[in-house]
Amino acid sequence: MTLVYVDNVHKAFGDLEVLKGINLSVAQGEVVAIIGRSGSGKSTLLRCLNQLEKHDSGEITIADKQLDAASMSPKELSENVGMVFQSFNLFPHKTVGENVCLAPLVVRGEEKAEVEKVAREVLEKVGLSDKYDAYPAQLSGGQQQRVAIARALAMRPKVMLCDEVTSALDPELVGEVLRVLEALAAEGMTLILVTHEMSFARDVADRVVFMHQGRIHEEGAPSELFSNPQTPELKQFISAVL
Amino acid sequence: MIEFTFWDILRNLLLATRWTIVLSLIAFVGGATVGLLLTFMRLSSNRWLQRLTSLYVDLFQGTPLLMQLFLIFFGAAAMGHPISAWLAASIALTLFTSAFLCDIWRGCLEAVAKGQWHAARVLGMNYFQTMRHVILPQALRLSIPPTVGFSVQVIKGTALASIIGFVELTKAGTMLNNATFEPFTIFALVALLYFALCYPLSCYARYLEKKLYDAGLR
Ligand SMILES: Nc1ncnc2c1ncn2[C@@H]1O[C@H](COP(=O)(O)OP(=O)(O)OP(=O)(O)O)[C@@H](O)[C@H]1O
Ligand SMILES: [Mg+2]
Repeated sequence: MTLVYVDNVHKAFGDLEVLKGINLSVAQGEVVAIIGRSGSGKSTLLRCLNQLEKHDSGEITIADKQLDAASMSPKELSENVGMVFQSFNLFPHKTVGENVCLAPLVVRGEEKAEVEKVAREVLEKVGLSDKYDAYPAQLSGGQQQRVAIARALAMRPKVMLCDEVTSALDPELVGEVLRVLEALAAEGMTLILVTHEMSFARDVADRVVFMHQGRIHEEGAPSELFSNPQTPELKQFISAVL
Repeated sequence: MIEFTFWDILRNLLLATRWTIVLSLIAFVGGATVGLLLTFMRLSSNRWLQRLTSLYVDLFQGTPLLMQLFLIFFGAAAMGHPISAWLAASIALTLFTSAFLCDIWRGCLEAVAKGQWHAARVLGMNYFQTMRHVILPQALRLSIPPTVGFSVQVIKGTALASIIGFVELTKAGTMLNNATFEPFTIFALVALLYFALCYPLSCYARYLEKKLYDAGLR
């Protein structure tokens, strides 16, 4: 079943055309890794998927609902799409527990006791149940990013977008975050991740998408794509990053 | 001529200090109220409201407080509605304070990282929910040190009200000097009294600044 469907999406910033007709469909439970050079439009694509940027033309459909001009409120969108950022973006004035509970409480108006129970569950899942009352500033980068993942999970999105979620971390902290994502993938969560961690893309993704100059230049199963790249651009990219 | 002992002078200055404090409080409370209103006008999506607020802020930041005071005091009289020095000083200081506080607070709201807006938005929060739960609490904490710091400027600003004849600390000092011709003693005492009002506030602002820093918010 197709969960995310992107059809001929274009996006420009002024004269700069960043997305030049993206076509992509992601099935329920699929893990898609997006790779590509800096400036190729990876983040812009993710940001269009949750409407942090409005695409200029084309269609984006998520869970059979079209995402365009005001057809989906932030609230409705959050029921479908979750996002984790490179810079964590935790709320620094709130504890870990409060960070996780805030949106279910104020956006969904759910019962407090129920929300707290869910918060403890998702924090358990990311291995941070003992940090419920800590503030973000008291945590390491890896822990903060895991809280951010838990916070997104608490909204029970159908698909999670991750934009270079390990790029801001010290090398020794990258593993703990990737393991959490791997566990999510194994549980059947639909993931679309932009990543520079090629070994992670190879081991965990069902499909790798290589973006180049605003287009999807090549895509396929990671084993295929990495061992047998078809285009010179991907060959060059792979030899540069591996 | 009446003889003034040191204690008479001090007692009179202390009595006048009351009015400096009262005027400062009026300016601060009035200025904060108007300033808050202006801050939200500035944040509104209406272009005209934004421009109007910017103009207001620029106008009051770009002219001396003394001129504002004169314009209100003498302007009201010239238009046939003379007002007391009290009222003129209260209005001028309120307007002046509101312009600065608006600017300080807008800066604090903008200082909250953009990523906070994005995070709240992808969690499904609308503008008001984001403001209420994410942006305002952080901006509020950021705003306390500069706001307390600015209150020192307000206190010193009240000294200008002496020029239109309002008897606060500075004016009392001038009047006592005219009667006693002991300018050094008197103005040293006046300065000391201002210092006693302002210094604790400065220290408090610095303490709050440090606390913020420790909380990892900066
Ligand atoms: N809000 C914006 N306004 C103007 N230009 C933008 C904006 N966002 C992105 N761009 C430009 O669009 C292009 C693609 O940016 P994007 O962030 O999607 O690239 P990316 O593939 O994620 O790169 P990176 O690997 O460096 O994160 C870049 O040239 C960038 O400068
Ligand atoms: Mg990017």
